Amino acid sequence: MTVLDAPAAPPTAAPTGPPLPADTALALYRAMVTGRAFDRQATAFTRQGRLAVYPSSRGQEACQTASVLALRPTDWLFPTYRESVALLTRGIDPVEVLTLFRGDRHCGYDPHAHRTAPQCTPLATQCLHAAGLADAARMRGHDTVALAYIGDGATSEGDFHEAVNYAAVRRAPVVFLIQNNQYAISVPLAKQTAARTLADKAAGYGAAGERIDGNDAAAVHTAVARAAHRARTGGGPTVLEALTYRIEAHTNADDDTRYRSAEEVAAWAGKDPVARLEHRLLTDGVLDEDTITGITRDAQELTARLRRTFASPPRRDPAEMFQHVYHQPPPHLRSQAALLAAETATTAAAGEDA
Amino acid sequence: MPTDTTPATADATGTVTMAKALNTALRDALRADENTLVFGEDVGTLGGVFRVTDGLAREFGDDRCFDTPLAESAIIGTAVGMAMYGYRPVVEMQFDAFAYPAFEQLVSHVAKFRARTRGALPLPLTVRIPYGGGIGGVEHHSDSSEIYYMATPGLTVVTPATVADAYSLLRRSIDWPDPVVFLEPKRLYWHKEKTGLPTDTGPLGWAAVRRRGTDATLVTYGPALPAALAAAEAAAQSGLSLEVIDLRTLTPFDEETVSASVNRTGRAVVVHEAHGFAGPGAEIAARITERCFYHLEAPVRRVTGFDVPYPAPLLEAHYLPDVHRILDAVATLEWPARRTAAL
Repeated sequence: MTVLDAPAAPPTAAPTGPPLPADTALALYRAMVTGRAFDRQATAFTRQGRLAVYPSSRGQEACQTASVLALRPTDWLFPTYRESVALLTRGIDPVEVLTLFRGDRHCGYDPHAHRTAPQCTPLATQCLHAAGLADAARMRGHDTVALAYIGDGATSEGDFHEAVNYAAVRRAPVVFLIQNNQYAISVPLAKQTAARTLADKAAGYGAAGERIDGNDAAAVHTAVARAAHRARTGGGPTVLEALTYRIEAHTNADDDTRYRSAEEVAAWAGKDPVARLEHRLLTDGVLDEDTITGITRDAQELTARLRRTFASPPRRDPAEMFQHVYHQPPPHLRSQAALLAAETATTAAAGEDA
Repeated sequence: MPTDTTPATADATGTVTMAKALNTALRDALRADENTLVFGEDVGTLGGVFRVTDGLAREFGDDRCFDTPLAESAIIGTAVGMAMYGYRPVVEMQFDAFAYPAFEQLVSHVAKFRARTRGALPLPLTVRIPYGGGIGGVEHHSDSSEIYYMATPGLTVVTPATVADAYSLLRRSIDWPDPVVFLEPKRLYWHKEKTGLPTDTGPLGWAAVRRRGTDATLVTYGPALPAALAAAEAAAQSGLSLEVIDLRTLTPFDEETVSASVNRTGRAVVVHEAHGFAGPGAEIAARITERCFYHLEAPVRRVTGFDVPYPAPLLEAHYLPDVHRILDAVATLEWPARRTAAL
């Protein structure tokens, strides 16, 4: 499905989806601009050593913002580590979004407060959590939907298939959103699957499947809203494949020049989802330069606040690692915590003597 | 604990099998809390391959006890999502070795969710796994997989060895605020005891002294308890008094009960079906040595399964720890000359 034509060029395909209402389109634009600024700041933090790692969302903002804004606040998100912009769009504090990447062991935010599971690293495993939560909501008679994010590479993992199958069998209200950004770190899609499309995989499970232009925010919004409606009304799960591209390397620790050409990256940069929406909204008169300036200023304030928070290195109590392993520490953890406390006391005393 | 018990929990003599006690515990848990769910492979219409879920789907309906697609990772992964939404899932892995596809969900998610969310998402779910040998099972049906779970921080690992404990520990596990891997010794499913149900044998985390003794301590659990008790009985015939400890909860390990016993007896043998190398006994022996060194009269011995893949039914009798192997180990505990005659 396509809604938006490419910027400054004739559309490659005739739009096939309905246009978005102006307020929805503006909210999308704001979220994308904010997400882009946040993402750029986070990548800068990795270069300054202020984040342990950061997997960039750059280029995938349409998928990550439209998927959130197409859902209700009561719906649940099951993100991977690459969904920082989606979490930001959900309304999670930007410092909390980066908690894990800053080097903490926990996700930083309250999953219940935001109906957002912790960012998931083991590939595709979150798809089953989404299926289970959605099935639970169905059994309770709630109209809650769960959206599971997944990448193209992770569709090779067994848990993806178990999750789509489970959700289809039990009519669990799940939307599986595959952001097909063409690479699993270095491995291109052609080495990942022989299927014509990743959306085709849905057919084998009796689920709905649809491929969309993932750099077209309006198309993503429409497709996710439609899939969520299908799920909410008992129609079962949908597998959406959004074609997009990761402009940055896999993470700051990756060197993408080893597996893809600068020409290829540049070609996709020309299909930039933010510029594309901006172009359309300016053309339609929904957006003007003053509004762009205002949104850009708000985004800059957000990144400035992030920089202030990240200016000083975080301090953590080492004893924290013993908390929340169990509902209360069993004896062996209590004695290990005491050992660590004695060590840190000794180190502190030595530091004072020096 | 509910006051009403199912009339069919015991036969006319008051004798109950472990399978029936577990079945009754599940039934009572489903009655006690509408958030409790039971699901897995063949647990619905069939009632489980060991009949532990017999009749539950009929009594509570398909929403409370249901068959899932045949996918173990899905069973535990969806249980995570259901627990996030407020349910208390009790899931069944059909056999020990069939639980391995779900290992990632257990170690990467079930064990860590509480910590990853600073307590916001505890996962009060119970994973029931029939385990161990002694039933003549063909390959992949008799693994002692407890060490994998014991070695995973965040998991609580429980295994009953008596019928009364089977009921009580399962109820306690389902009510426990943390995820529990509940290991059911297959060879004891048809083991009978005269006991009324429900039973309450105390909280998780505590071992039980099954037989008092003064000369040496046998530390064991689950499927190996009957052999340890038989060995203690045989030793008593020879004038040797063996204490037998049933750990019941493997993680966290009840160091207090074990070390108090060994400090008193001065000798210890750890007995289990699982492999010896890096097996549960290695950790237990190390802890006994650290805690009881000045009371020990002899090195702590282990009687375990051999370090081979679980043998085929034709050979398993040679693999499993038995009375003779336990007594042979006891005989090596550096007894003074006057006691050696008894052995």
